[in-house]
Amino acid sequence: MMAVHEELQNVPPEKLVVEGVSKWFRTRRAAVHALDNVSLTIHEGEFVCLVGPSGCGKSTLLNIIAGLEIPDSGQVLADGKPVLGPGRERMMMFQESALFPWLDVMDNVLFGLKLKPNLKRKERREVAKYYLHLVGLEKFMAASIHELSGGMKQRVALARALAPNPRVLLMDEPFAALDALTREQLYGDIQRIWQERKKTIVFVTHNVREAACLGNRVVLFSPHPGRIQEKFQIDLPRPRDINSVDLAKYSSEIMSALKRHLNSELAEVAG
Amino acid sequence: MRRTLVVIAFFVLLLGMWEALVRTKIWSPVLVPSPLSVARYIKDGLQSGDLEHASFVTMRRLLIGYVLGLVFGLPLGLLTARFKSCEDTLGVIALGLQTLPSVCWVPLALLWFGQTEAAMLFVVVMGTLWSVVIATDNGVRTVPPIFARAARTMGSKQLHTWIKVIVPASLPFIVSGMKQGWAFAWRSLMAAEIYVTILSGFGLGSLLNYGRELQAMDQVIGIMLIIIVIGLLADKILFSPWERFLYRRWGTAKN
Ligand SMILES: Nc1ncnc2c1ncn2[C@@H]1O[C@H](COP(=O)(O)OP(=O)(O)O)[C@@H](O)[C@H]1O
Ligand SMILES: [Mg+2]
Repeated sequence: MMAVHEELQNVPPEKLVVEGVSKWFRTRRAAVHALDNVSLTIHEGEFVCLVGPSGCGKSTLLNIIAGLEIPDSGQVLADGKPVLGPGRERMMMFQESALFPWLDVMDNVLFGLKLKPNLKRKERREVAKYYLHLVGLEKFMAASIHELSGGMKQRVALARALAPNPRVLLMDEPFAALDALTREQLYGDIQRIWQERKKTIVFVTHNVREAACLGNRVVLFSPHPGRIQEKFQIDLPRPRDINSVDLAKYSSEIMSALKRHLNSELAEVAG
Repeated sequence: MRRTLVVIAFFVLLLGMWEALVRTKIWSPVLVPSPLSVARYIKDGLQSGDLEHASFVTMRRLLIGYVLGLVFGLPLGLLTARFKSCEDTLGVIALGLQTLPSVCWVPLALLWFGQTEAAMLFVVVMGTLWSVVIATDNGVRTVPPIFARAARTMGSKQLHTWIKVIVPASLPFIVSGMKQGWAFAWRSLMAAEIYVTILSGFGLGSLLNYGRELQAMDQVIGIMLIIIVIGLLADKILFSPWERFLYRRWGTAKN
């Protein structure tokens, strides 16, 4: 019966499975429980937003999925195989663009491509151009990084992350440092690119509205120790506008859940 | 255009004043030669080939020693930045020796190597090496860790990350270390050449010293001018391209 039900649902395959991941950071003075037994399944083609106050382990979880950090217990499966280190299948984008200042825009995008085997020089350049075009910056191919605005830098970083054609894009508050107008443009771009390129995206933010605007699913985290509190399904058509009324409904729902959890935690501490 | 004119006018005026002062005969011409006699010395020296030869000898010592200093300094700096054990040993030595004025290596070099090319090379290498080690070490330490993380997610591994990310990211520091190393090497080589006669080749420093012994002030000043010109040219040829690159990419002010 169950099998039939699942067959008919036609759920896409599991892309990322986080299984009971815990992580401690031990410094000389204290030990921080960054993640406590976090489990999460992300399907192929999903756009999942991780949201929560700062310090609740969102970046840590993203780094573990990327393979940049190793969990103390539990594991992450990508396509069913345990993640043991970084891989081209999962590209990461950071809050600061992390672009390389000694390279021009083109060479930044080429950096990951050069590490990909079986590509000829000419093909690499073509691929890089395609992605620079996709983010609307092919005119700035020869520009230096310091000449770009914050929004342009994040676009180049996006092109660089997309260029090796990863199936999964991990984004750690990529728009947090940008002004509101630039951010709105990028919301549009990232949704368009996600649909066109059919990526699986895990997007970390502390901005609830941003999470509701971008995600098919919003996963709410709470701190001390980092845990998943609640998951929300956002059933809104795309492209979504961050200022729409429908969206406000979802974001206020998530916001009140966030406050409820924070209050109950405070009560716990007080009591 | 206007700027060039001002510059030309300034130097013509300067030479004119110099010549005029010499003609007043306030000072003995032995102590203050006329610009014309200095020019004559340089012209004769160039015609006989002595000046070219001396410049060549000096530049060869400098360049070979400098390149050796870089070739050893860069990897050593990477090692001290990467490994705690290297930092605590080599790094401490580098820090100490960098404070030693590099001309202080001359007596030791002479005792070890005698009056040979090797002694001169040693002085130049010591002048270069420690500045480069310290600068590379500092540079690597200031590289934001996020660069290496970003590179790792794109599939860059240990050695690739070092060569393609850490070293280029440290370039602003490395270039200023290279400049400092050059300055130290140049100064200490001149001191060494003035201080001792190296039979295998007379460099500019030796000629300068002979000028003193012969009381030939036109030679002394002529050689000093050539040393200045070489210094300026080296700066233009060796470092300007790097500085232009740094300026273009990092947008840092030229200094
Ligand atoms: N490298 C680290 N060393 C020590 N503590 C860390 C480290 N990285 C993160 N932490 C701690 O772990 C907790 C979770 O951090 P993080 O994952 O960055 O949270 P978020 O991204 O949700 O703001 C925080 O309390 C933070 O101080
Ligand atoms: Mg974070």
